[in-house]
Amino acid sequence: MRPDLVDLAYLLAAILFVIGLKGLTRPRTAVRGNMLGALAMLFAVVATMLHQDIISWTGLLIAMGVGSVLGVVLALKIEMTAMPQLVALFNGLGGGASVLVAGAWLSGKEFSEKLASGNGFMDALTATAASGLIGAITLSGSLVAFGKLQELKFVKDISFPGQRILNLLLALGSIGVGYLMVVQPENAQLWFWLLAITATTLGVFLVISIGGADMPVVIALLNSYSGLAASATGFVLNNNLLIIAGALVGASGLILTRIMCVAMNRSLWAVLFGKMQSGGTMLSDDEVYANVKSTSPEEVAMMLEVAQNVLIVPGYGMAVAQAQHTVRDLTNLLLKKDIAVNFGIHPVAGRMPGHMNVLLAEADIDYDRLKEMDEVNAMMDQVDVAIVLGANDVVNPSARTDPNSPIAGMPIIDVDKARTVIVVKRSLSPGFAGIANPLFAADNTMMLFGDGKQAISEVTKALNEG
Amino acid sequence: MFVLTFAVQTIVEELPVVVETLEKTAEATDGGANHLILLLTVFALAVFLGVEIITKIPPTLHTPLMSGSNAISGIALLGAILAAGGDNGTWAHMLGYAAVVFATMNVVGGFVVTNRMLAMFRTRK
Repeated sequence: MRPDLVDLAYLLAAILFVIGLKGLTRPRTAVRGNMLGALAMLFAVVATMLHQDIISWTGLLIAMGVGSVLGVVLALKIEMTAMPQLVALFNGLGGGASVLVAGAWLSGKEFSEKLASGNGFMDALTATAASGLIGAITLSGSLVAFGKLQELKFVKDISFPGQRILNLLLALGSIGVGYLMVVQPENAQLWFWLLAITATTLGVFLVISIGGADMPVVIALLNSYSGLAASATGFVLNNNLLIIAGALVGASGLILTRIMCVAMNRSLWAVLFGKMQSGGTMLSDDEVYANVKSTSPEEVAMMLEVAQNVLIVPGYGMAVAQAQHTVRDLTNLLLKKDIAVNFGIHPVAGRMPGHMNVLLAEADIDYDRLKEMDEVNAMMDQVDVAIVLGANDVVNPSARTDPNSPIAGMPIIDVDKARTVIVVKRSLSPGFAGIANPLFAADNTMMLFGDGKQAISEVTKALNEG
Repeated sequence: MFVLTFAVQTIVEELPVVVETLEKTAEATDGGANHLILLLTVFALAVFLGVEIITKIPPTLHTPLMSGSNAISGIALLGAILAAGGDNGTWAHMLGYAAVVFATMNVVGGFVVTNRMLAMFRTRK
């Protein structure tokens, strides 16, 4: 196929990508939007296969077959609770592909011709360096994030003195090597792989010290990087479609990163390089937890029986306990008794943006019941019973009341303003921020100790019998 | 704010090259349209378009948005196909084929898992 026809097909694909993403703005049109995206990708791949430069198909078809099978198996087998890991893994693969493509371009025909002709490739080399740098950070960073989310034993939280300096040196080193690559095109391959190695190391050290609750930010940022890496590869290959698609993904990841940072009241810089600073006037656990009251499933059932408006606030603990299906049963039972049930979802609940929504959707809970933080906070005074299930820092009132708290200023779901609060939790252990939660000892709070899934199912049973 | 920082970064990164290429092409083409500038234009406009669309996506759909846009970022597949299928020599082919496998996993897996997730979002009427 002639190159201009291929470019036309790419234009069509770019338009379909945009329309597809637009479809994702509403649950009703989202499935179709995703299909349009897939269709656009199919167009683009077929057009590329028909490009006049392609001399052999066999190997390509085999490689794509292998990739497709692996991708489909992963996509169909994965548990919904493990979605953050899968997204991290796919991110890493995309970043890795960008590095390999840039590397292949340097040893390919086009580059050797340009090198021989001696001009007009500095821009392409800069783009290759950028592609290698961003792609390699995405690859290793995502794989480390995957390891952490999957709780692989050999991926530990490592932080050591001088880590920031090491990261800075690695970053400067990568940029330096990239510069050498651009000014010494005859050694470009050597410098490129050296760059890939430094950037891979940088990616590992950037992500290895980041804690679980900061994962939503990291995943969103890496998502953005995988798009930018693809865009950079587009500059290498003079390919508009790569540039456009990559830029769309880059923008999407940046927006999500920003939303996550705002929801934690932390800057991106603090997430990537800082630690949670410990607060000035920290009360000991004994002082905070002097008046904790515990309750039983039967008592909770009685309170629910007379409630009119129930709010459930899920957190990562719900995912860990795989409690979403038991929550659905409880929800259905309450609805049958004409009790209103809503879910209050904090933007950073879980390990990736929207994690809780997917789990609750999997359990067949109507998405109209999943409310955003601002919406539930506005109606909190009408809530009779708020059930906090596996969430901690996102409902900690010290964010509002204690200006010295490490999480001061972070927007929270104000469950403490509901008439009664039930906190389902294994113990009084602190959340990710490592700070005590005065909510647990509040006058209107009762603790229901135990495993989330079991506790909710016992409440449901008691409510059914009562 | 992010977009701004990012745009500034991109500009700073590309600036020396832009200037140099501009000088070169100005000599060569007598001030005609510059290819790199065209690519940068496309990139900048696409970023703004992306921001416009994606700010409208509700938080409920953020996970599918991530996995779906993730699949789109597997667009590097096109580059992988060109590297593996073109007349480029063994080393480039090996890199290309590895990239094809990686990118296809990303693309196909990403779209399939997004579809699986989105199918679960429904309301009962």
